[in-house]
Amino acid sequence: MTLTAPVRPQERPRSRPRGRPRISTALTYLSLVVASAVVLLPLLVVFLTSLKSYGEVSDGQGALAPPDDWLNFSNYATAFSDGHLLQAFGNTAFILLFSITGTVIIGSMTAYAIDRFDFRLKKLVMALFLIATLVPAVTTQVATFQVVNGFGLFNTRWAPILLYMGTDIVAIYIFLQFIRGIPRSLDEAARLDGANSFTIYRKIIFPLLKPAVATVVIIKGITTYNDFYIPFLYMPDEDLGTMSTALFRFKGPFGAHWENISAGAVLVIVPTLVIFLFLQRYIYNGFAQGATK
Amino acid sequence: MTRTASTASPPAPAAGPGRTGKRPSRHRARAGSPWRGRPLRKLTPWLFLLAPLALLITFTYVPVGNMIYYSFTDWDGVSPDRDYVGAENYTEIFTRPELLRVFAVSFYYLAASVVQIVIALYFAAVLSFDLRFRNLFKGILFFPYLINGVAIGFVFLYFFQDGGTLDSVLSWFGAGTDHAWLGSPESANTSMAGVSVWRFTGLNFVLFLGAIQSIPGELYEAAQLDGAGRWKQFRHIIAPSIRPVLSLSVILAISGSLSVFEIPYIMTGGATETSTFVIQTVKYAFQFNKTGLASACAVVLLAIILLITWIQRRLVPDEKVDLV
Repeated sequence: MTLTAPVRPQERPRSRPRGRPRISTALTYLSLVVASAVVLLPLLVVFLTSLKSYGEVSDGQGALAPPDDWLNFSNYATAFSDGHLLQAFGNTAFILLFSITGTVIIGSMTAYAIDRFDFRLKKLVMALFLIATLVPAVTTQVATFQVVNGFGLFNTRWAPILLYMGTDIVAIYIFLQFIRGIPRSLDEAARLDGANSFTIYRKIIFPLLKPAVATVVIIKGITTYNDFYIPFLYMPDEDLGTMSTALFRFKGPFGAHWENISAGAVLVIVPTLVIFLFLQRYIYNGFAQGATK
Repeated sequence: MTRTASTASPPAPAAGPGRTGKRPSRHRARAGSPWRGRPLRKLTPWLFLLAPLALLITFTYVPVGNMIYYSFTDWDGVSPDRDYVGAENYTEIFTRPELLRVFAVSFYYLAASVVQIVIALYFAAVLSFDLRFRNLFKGILFFPYLINGVAIGFVFLYFFQDGGTLDSVLSWFGAGTDHAWLGSPESANTSMAGVSVWRFTGLNFVLFLGAIQSIPGELYEAAQLDGAGRWKQFRHIIAPSIRPVLSLSVILAISGSLSVFEIPYIMTGGATETSTFVIQTVKYAFQFNKTGLASACAVVLLAIILLITWIQRRLVPDEKVDLV
């Protein structure tokens, strides 16, 4: 029940016909409960396993048996130190910081230029951004790899940062939507006061884009945190592991030690869960906007 | 530069109300604008677009161009020399059955996307009405989409283990246990397609829910006064208004099923015939150093996805991308 967020009144079409058969309401709830169980069960089991000892996991009691000691956090300590999760967290934070900042600046500048100026080749520029959305990034990775390698960025944290910044068309769309809603008379007034385009962008447009920035930061943050493919391909160095790749490598030395692997998985999931619980409403809106635009 | 220009502009509005100079209009910067013709003014948008365009071209268009070029060579990705081999790579893709078999794997994920869209549609419709614990259910259904893919892979590796979670749950219902879920190609692919339903239903659900909630509430009231039941409301009010989102989901589902990588790579490494097209491509490129062949694979995948997108745009023409 902690999840209850305030809901705007018009969001709820209160239209349940009086006297509908009770049975269909019961079936609706039943389907919701079953779906919730399907979602939660695998996660719950991994959490239980993370609290068990090696003996408990291997004695064949079944995955659903509760752990003997609910406060056995030794697996977490092992996962944290042997999985190099602290280092991974640092690398992920570094990549997040730069790629999110870059995406916000680049996305908002592009949107500003496209929406507020008329210039030759504008149609071409828009077409370039538009067509790029159709190219799935995974397909071009073979050739992108050569480009990144050519810049000498292979096995550095700048490779994923540049790739995350350079391909985010979703962010541009979101900013474009918001900039259209900002009245042009504001630009006009500032320009008459002697402000140039950069001042207008920096002092007027950008501050008004705050909601869009929040949306982009959330979407970009979550997708970057969860991305496996790019860090896996471009940063094979052990010291450069992100949360995803560190967890992936962690499985190697702990092949059958599911209690340790589970603890590692829980440690990777927990930050997402915390952010989700705090920013629920923005996250829903963000993903709805990000995907439909 | 603009400063001097704007000092020159004040007389302009005085010249007459017909001038576009003062009024905020879409095309203010065009003819009639006092700043027109100044070189810096013309350059300004390009200064803003410099970094984005550089990144876009370097990391999207240059790779696409190179990829097409590599696909006609026998390059290994390392050596300085590469020979033009014509369409040899393409012939290889279409004549070697094991290369085409990966497309069969896509059908598992395609079927999974159908299931996923249907489930998401059902729960979006149900949860758009007033229910107890509505937000809790919403949160539970959406959360898997936010979880790290590697973590999901491990969660389900454990879930599908011999005598693991799934077997234990099935034994409650008296169903046979001891099934090696990831052991045979069919059950491994089905299991992982199931993981993809688990993971992505939440995204579709939230998209559908957003679309349904943007329908004005009066419509339901009117429908109710006319005596329309829940199913009729769904058919005549909800379904038409979420059509654009539905068509977007379909296109995402198709291109997603063709380019599955993460879950099978993490869970089985592509063993027991669970290799997908992208896993295959990545292996050619980075394990077997067949950059030419891998590029040809990527070109084929790109062409298929572009083709499907094009067909979808033709079939559903009302769904325009609103960038202009």
